[in-house]
Amino acid sequence: MSKQEQHWGKSKALLIMTLAIWFVFSIGIFLFGAEMNEVTGPFGYPLTYWFTCQGSLGIFVILIFWFANRQEKIDEEFGFSERGDD
Amino acid sequence: MIKGNFIDNLPKVYGIYTGGFLGFIIIMSIAEQMGMTAKTIGICFVAFTVAIYAIIGYLSRTAQADAYYVAGRQVPTVFNGMATAADWMSGASFVAMAGGIYFKGYGYMALLVGWTGGYVLVASLLAPYLRKFGCYTVPDFIGTRYGGNLTRFLAVVVLTVASFTYVTAQINATGTIASVALDIPFQYAVYVGLVSILLCSMLGGMRGVTWTQVAQYIVLIIAYLLPVFWISNKMGAGFFPHFMLADEVARIGELEQQFGFVANSKENLALVPKGLAGITKAHSAVNATPWAFISLALAMMMGTASLPHVMMRYFTTPSVKAARKSVGWSLFFIFLLYSSAPMLATLSKLSLIDPSLPTGIIGKSIAEVQSIDWYQNWNQANLMFVSDFNGNGTLELNEFFMGGKAVVLATPEIAGLPYVISGLVAAGGMAAAMSTADGLILAIANAISHDVYYKIIDPKAETAKRLVVARVLLVVIGFAGATIAAMEIQGILGSVIWAFDFAMSGLFFPLVLGVWWKRANREGAIAGMALGLISGAGYLIWVRNGGSGFLGITQLTFGIFGSAVSLVSMVVVSLITSEPSAATQKMVDEVRVPSGKSILGKQH
Repeated sequence: MSKQEQHWGKSKALLIMTLAIWFVFSIGIFLFGAEMNEVTGPFGYPLTYWFTCQGSLGIFVILIFWFANRQEKIDEEFGFSERGDD
Repeated sequence: MIKGNFIDNLPKVYGIYTGGFLGFIIIMSIAEQMGMTAKTIGICFVAFTVAIYAIIGYLSRTAQADAYYVAGRQVPTVFNGMATAADWMSGASFVAMAGGIYFKGYGYMALLVGWTGGYVLVASLLAPYLRKFGCYTVPDFIGTRYGGNLTRFLAVVVLTVASFTYVTAQINATGTIASVALDIPFQYAVYVGLVSILLCSMLGGMRGVTWTQVAQYIVLIIAYLLPVFWISNKMGAGFFPHFMLADEVARIGELEQQFGFVANSKENLALVPKGLAGITKAHSAVNATPWAFISLALAMMMGTASLPHVMMRYFTTPSVKAARKSVGWSLFFIFLLYSSAPMLATLSKLSLIDPSLPTGIIGKSIAEVQSIDWYQNWNQANLMFVSDFNGNGTLELNEFFMGGKAVVLATPEIAGLPYVISGLVAAGGMAAAMSTADGLILAIANAISHDVYYKIIDPKAETAKRLVVARVLLVVIGFAGATIAAMEIQGILGSVIWAFDFAMSGLFFPLVLGVWWKRANREGAIAGMALGLISGAGYLIWVRNGGSGFLGITQLTFGIFGSAVSLVSMVVVSLITSEPSAATQKMVDEVRVPSGKSILGKQH
């Protein structure tokens, strides 16, 4: 397998993991919205309500930064990263 | 000022700007103490901020194609994040979102999840790859990846339909705010708004829009957060509302139980002015089916990843790496406002309905409520209404009606904040609507000038001529948008949501598969864009004309149907026609690697 194919394979694996986490917090948990709202979540808000106000939104922010860092590592590993800018 | 070392001095420049704006707020509040009228304060806020944007727009003027189309590709990650956040958060986010949460609760909050979750798709599926491609516009990518003028043209069509639907709503919002703040009729205010918008974008194109959007973000975030924190502290609800409103949320639940949701008769509701609504849904309880919530969130997420005015912001970063990080910063800056909207809705609702608070009006006598100053003001502005339906002389929960905008616009006044805050909120709303309108008009004008005029009609045109065409189109599209906005056809929020559905119907899969599926070819892309847009629009027309719809897909989520048709037709047609040329496949391979030259040259 060429270097480029390996790089793309790893990138695809990262994409799948990112989208899986995204799916859980944008769609998955809301299948059980009514049940989850009975539970008290962070800061004392009902749990589903908290996810819609802050939880899911904040997780998305962290998820994107995590994804960007992981992808950078993959690029560096194969010598595909750009130099000297940010 | 905006040359050479301007980029290095950005934190300093915008730091001084932020300090200056805060100073202006303090001067205004001193002026209010000294007796300046509310009307003058409103005019000062709007005029001062718009003048600043116009100056930035003028200083950013340019005669170079890559500065005009992609701001010279040198916008640092954090600043591009702020500009994207302003580009993204429209008049709807600023003025209408807290109101939507106030009235509809959980069912509406699908929009919060959708409008943020979409950025995960932008960061992981598209933005870095399109940045590597080196295109000026979104149709530029479609046209080069799939080849042929028809694909390019169809992408321009989808972009125009989606963005134009969106932009009329934004011009409408600038008009509404300008008409209130400057006290002029709406029909004229729309054009005042339009001129302000064009001042930012005409001379500098993307470069001008970028630096004004950063300035607009700073104004709008201060204008949103300051009142939320102030109101929360004044009500004694908590020093940091985001972490401390659990008791208030629970208290609203108790009051809902105590009052009950009494349904009004049709005859009574006919007396309520158009556009106003009462509280009929639980605040924090789950009040929508899982599919209703998820389908709306999903439509908004896929729409986010297909809207060209957002995507083109990531063409301005210096590198692929910066494009990825910049998406994270964008969402962080959006998060600051979006996580505050539910808190504002909570504070606003509790201050109005809790009889134990001095501002609470439920349970008071109708005559007493009608004599309150702020009630009279907002009743006159057609945003509040009470009526004694059951004739008992006291105001019940089902007898109080309010417009969605009032949550953001009126709550500071209800909570007893000085008028300077209301002026600030008007400036913030204006900034939000202007920044989005700028991004949208530029997206349409650039696509038509670059992709239709330069790439299809006259590929030999000189840069100077191209930029003249781009600017003329900017003005023409702006005026067309303003003319339609002046007709006031539909509400702000409805048309915003439609724009997402149109964009996802026609563009989501052609964009994503262009990067992630090498086998996708020209015929497939043509089928995907054309059939996706047609079936999505057809579904909308069908449901609007009394069609029953299927699978619970409503007129707000028709993009789910449109994009499904787009996906199926694109895959089927791609597979039954021949695979793309070796050159195209090699191009896709190169897009997937961050290093190396971009596919399209610096000047193209």
